[in-house]
Amino acid sequence: MSTVVSQLEVPAGVTLPIYMDNHATSPLDPRVLEAMMPYFTQKFGNAASRNHSFGWEAEQAVDLARQQIAKLIGATAKEIIFTSGATESNNLAIKGIAEMYRERGNHIITQVTEHKAVLDTCKRLEKYGYRVTYLPVKADGLIDLEDLKRAIDDKTILVTIMAANNEIGVLQPIREIGKICHEKGVIFHTDAVQAVGKVPVNVIEDNIDVLSLTAHKIYGPKGVGALYVRRRNPRVQIAAQIDGGGHERGMRSGTLNVPGIVGLGKACEISMQEMDSEAAYLRGLRDGLKARFESELDYVHVNGSMEHRLPGNLNMSFVYVEGESLLMGINDVAVSSGSACTSATLEPSYVLKALGLGDDVAHSSIRFGLGRFNTQAEVDYVAAKVIDIVKKLRELSPLYEMVKEGIDLTKIEWQAH
Amino acid sequence: MSYSDKVVDHYSNPRNVGTLDKSSSEVGTGLVGAPECGDVMRLQIRVNPETQVIEEAKFKTFGCGSAIASSSLATEWIKGRKVEDALTIKNTDIVKELSLPPVKIHCSVLAEDAIRAAIGDWKKKNGVAETADVTTAAQ
Repeated sequence: MSTVVSQLEVPAGVTLPIYMDNHATSPLDPRVLEAMMPYFTQKFGNAASRNHSFGWEAEQAVDLARQQIAKLIGATAKEIIFTSGATESNNLAIKGIAEMYRERGNHIITQVTEHKAVLDTCKRLEKYGYRVTYLPVKADGLIDLEDLKRAIDDKTILVTIMAANNEIGVLQPIREIGKICHEKGVIFHTDAVQAVGKVPVNVIEDNIDVLSLTAHKIYGPKGVGALYVRRRNPRVQIAAQIDGGGHERGMRSGTLNVPGIVGLGKACEISMQEMDSEAAYLRGLRDGLKARFESELDYVHVNGSMEHRLPGNLNMSFVYVEGESLLMGINDVAVSSGSACTSATLEPSYVLKALGLGDDVAHSSIRFGLGRFNTQAEVDYVAAKVIDIVKKLRELSPLYEMVKEGIDLTKIEWQAH
Repeated sequence: MSYSDKVVDHYSNPRNVGTLDKSSSEVGTGLVGAPECGDVMRLQIRVNPETQVIEEAKFKTFGCGSAIASSSLATEWIKGRKVEDALTIKNTDIVKELSLPPVKIHCSVLAEDAIRAAIGDWKKKNGVAETADVTTAAQ
């Protein structure tokens, strides 16, 4: 009788389930938690309270965090605006710039594999009379800079292109994009949520005017993020989207989330100190995982550029095996899939489709998101487990059998349903 | 998404996985679905020409856990039944048996289609007329 149950032994030092979905969120670093703790109880003051020590204490902590964040991205403390996370940062940046520069123009440029927080914000602006260009990506997931140059016209006010993609981890050429924007006098915003703290990002060298980041992707807490807004060469202005007490230089009202902000600052500090060694470590784990799949399985396919990629990302399609069924077989490992069956809409990943991959390849994709706390032993276990289940599911796969018999699947008249 | 115990059981220990000789006149093959939709089922039956009983049923499925479970269950249900009797199996029966959530109903539809396609292929090979309205015929 066939079985899809894996009989692998769990090696010593590995605790199940294994978390390998660090692009979705990352665990809180204990050092970050330690820094945050006093700000929940003893140091609970409102950073906007100007006339007592509780407020000063909180403000001081917020100022330190601002510096820690600014330092990581090459900015100054005054250029950091705190938000509730990257979705808010992206909304504030795009809507705030669109509103502020409406007199100058109504054209915005973005690209097709952006996060929904950018794409859906742009779509909403289209309803209000803005014109949005969605640049395509090449097969490796990167935009073509010539496409960008051609798309910019005299009505263009904003280019918003992500630094690193959340599904395939590819790094867009932000420095060159920023350079083109500055030559044309267009504001450049980047959603750098996946890149900050993982690869060097410097707002001066990379010609970035506005940048979104969040704490929970860099081992900080959920519910806190920041927006960098350039103050000179050029000075960028943003219309507030949340009105109230005029916090954050009027750009984002609301009492500051002091413990969260302290955590974000600490997370940035640690990332900065450990980025080089951590990147090398993760790249080693990732390349080892990829090499095992490629040596022990046929019909595997890496999605997106390997050269321009986050060190901890591997997005691979195990062709002729459907992603959700694979996830079900490796249920003690937390990863994610671009399969339609894992999404509420039953549509396969739009990011993978944008690479020009067939839907069948998207359905077979798994995203491995390696992070600070993953170990070699965990990677070894995950590799063995995935290989085991893929082989078992391929014994069940009519497509794999047909391909092995030499049948060309593209020549078959399938009944789409 | 959490799966029912029955889905997990069929996924973990799928029944009747395999391939029958599709060139045999006793064998009917149904291949339904499409790779770009994320599920393809191949269901095969071997029918006794004397009794018209489905003596053997095999499947292979590319698809999610619910698709694998639906086809596994379908082979279990049709085995030992007469061809006309197997045609009375409805996708809703599969939904009920496996407690499939609404987003997985299409998996059961595909399994029903696979049964019909396999039987249709066998009938075509053996010159048996298609029943015009299977539902009515069965009642």
